[in-house]
Amino acid sequence: MSAAASKLAGKRILIAKPGLDGHDIGAKVVALALRDAGAEVIYTGLRKAPDYIARVAVDEDVDAVGLSILSGSHVALVEETVRHLKAMDAADIPLFLGGTIAKEDHATLRAAGVVDIFTSDMAIEEVVDRLAERLDALQESRA
Amino acid sequence: MTTPKPKDAAAPGPGGGDAVPPITPSGLELPVVARAEDVDAARIGEPGAYPFTRGVFPNGYRGRLWTIRQYSGFGSAEESNARYRFLLEQGQTGLSVALDLPTQCGLDPTDPLARAEIGKVGVSLSNLSEMEVLFDGVDLSKISTSFTINGTAAIIYAMYVACADKKDVPREALTGTIQNDILKEYVARGTWIFPVRPSMRMIADSILYSNETTPRFNPISIAGAHVRDAGATAVEEMAYTLANGVAYVEELLRRGADPERFAARLSFFFYVHMDLMEEVAKFRAGRRIWASLIRDRFGVESPKAQLFRFGVVCGGSSLTSAQPYNNIIRVTVETMAAVLGGAQSIFTCAYDEAFQIPTEFSAELALRTQQIIAHESGLARTVDPFGGSYAMEDLTNRTEEAIRAVMDEIDAYGGVEKAIEDGWMQARIARRAYERKTKVDRGETVVVGQNRYRRDDQTDDYGEVFKLDPAAARRVVEKYEALRDSRDSQAVERALAALRRAAWGQENVLPYLVDCCHAYATVGEMVAELKREWGEFQEPVRL
Repeated sequence: MSAAASKLAGKRILIAKPGLDGHDIGAKVVALALRDAGAEVIYTGLRKAPDYIARVAVDEDVDAVGLSILSGSHVALVEETVRHLKAMDAADIPLFLGGTIAKEDHATLRAAGVVDIFTSDMAIEEVVDRLAERLDALQESRA
Repeated sequence: MTTPKPKDAAAPGPGGGDAVPPITPSGLELPVVARAEDVDAARIGEPGAYPFTRGVFPNGYRGRLWTIRQYSGFGSAEESNARYRFLLEQGQTGLSVALDLPTQCGLDPTDPLARAEIGKVGVSLSNLSEMEVLFDGVDLSKISTSFTINGTAAIIYAMYVACADKKDVPREALTGTIQNDILKEYVARGTWIFPVRPSMRMIADSILYSNETTPRFNPISIAGAHVRDAGATAVEEMAYTLANGVAYVEELLRRGADPERFAARLSFFFYVHMDLMEEVAKFRAGRRIWASLIRDRFGVESPKAQLFRFGVVCGGSSLTSAQPYNNIIRVTVETMAAVLGGAQSIFTCAYDEAFQIPTEFSAELALRTQQIIAHESGLARTVDPFGGSYAMEDLTNRTEEAIRAVMDEIDAYGGVEKAIEDGWMQARIARRAYERKTKVDRGETVVVGQNRYRRDDQTDDYGEVFKLDPAAARRVVEKYEALRDSRDSQAVERALAALRRAAWGQENVLPYLVDCCHAYATVGEMVAELKREWGEFQEPVRL
């Protein structure tokens, strides 16, 4: 495990499937990898509404939320999730996105508040490392 | 002093023999050389005869080529209808309808969970009026249509029957397939709605109704493709699918159905990935196991009922976004495996399908790939060209044993329904996906252009970008609202009430679904009635 990934130990991370997309393997693989890196992973299961996901993130006091979307509906679902997090006064929970995410949408998604975007061609180790680094950097900047 | 050399190391060639790993993606270790003694003619048989190792028809593709069936559909019914007409004009021989997620999950376009997903991964089909548009100008008595639909399969099938009625096409002339395989939805694809028991009942209802009403229609396509794409190996894909097939047969037998009749209309669906030898062996072994299950376990003698007929999809998770044009070659190899394996219908993914809805250009190229293999390669000329090959027969035997071993594990756990309700199968596949991903990440599984032979200056451009018309979703909602205003709402209420009574009792729900479709009840309304009686599946969330 890399130095960055080892900092995930004890972090609480919510992996969520918003919308109707039933492809959950990417979400589960990332969840397993994060758990192997020592994180405490909460997985929502399929077909969760953005307001539900935001509610779980707040109730479970998570350090990060990872959304997995492969249906092409990512822009609308991300915007809605962000809206609900803000409404619950939880806009500071970092939001990550994984799945089939067209390149031309990346700028829009980052502007909406997504910290980082992971796609299926990335090595899983790279996903875990980058997520750990981003969380670490955010923590530094807020400290 | 000399020691006798083991048979497989008798004549080591240059390089010592480790340029190619000895183990298949399913984990079977193969000898360098297969020999005559590995082939047992009695296990092979003849094409079109038990145990059907060599294919379900004695004349292979001579009498009839496989059906070229490209999965397609997006946006509104109007746009999809235009793409279908284009594909048919280009020589496609069957339609395969991709439906959007709201339709698959039983939600109408105005449902809050549906709005973001209208027309995204398939066409929106909320009621009969949309289907009438979808098949406008298509002769349903001549073209066979396949629907990739599961949670709402019985409803979409009922709508197809109602659509035929509207177009004055006799019901018995309808040909095609609904996927209608809920068991694998719980495991991999995720468009379940109801709990396992009522879902199994509705599947049995639709098979029994279809056998009577549309006898040339395949009311189920038991599918391994999605568990495969989710992470299962070729061996597991076949084992899970056959185990699910057994579960459906047992359900129908409990209903008192005649297996001689219904088994003849069961069909299957698989992914073809890149290891051509293993894929061909998978299909040959699958045919053999299914025939023996039907004959020996269920005592069905009719050869027609023992036939393992299957369609395939080439591509999926074997396609890469790195150097995407390499996918054209991958799909070509996979199509050859499907033909050598004796598939009845083939869908070739477009090279850009891993990351977008195919453009008209990439869709045509995928279609041409099949046509070139069908008409130029010579593969279709002789039945089962691999038959009798030492390597293939040996691998078929090994694959059969490995498949049977996985099926025994499922039996030992308590059968597929229990394995699914407990989340045992789901967790197993997730674990396998993690292993597969790790192997690719470490370079143990070679993916050209992604983890081997990658260029520093690689751009991964794929040409034209498909753009869904952003107005399509709005049009779908407008049409939906207009329909709800214009239809005879009392007739809708009556039809829905009758459906609910049937769902509460033991009656076959299919005639009531057809009545609902005729009254222009929507998919969401029908599902809501059924949910009131049957409840919803509670997903076992387990990692």
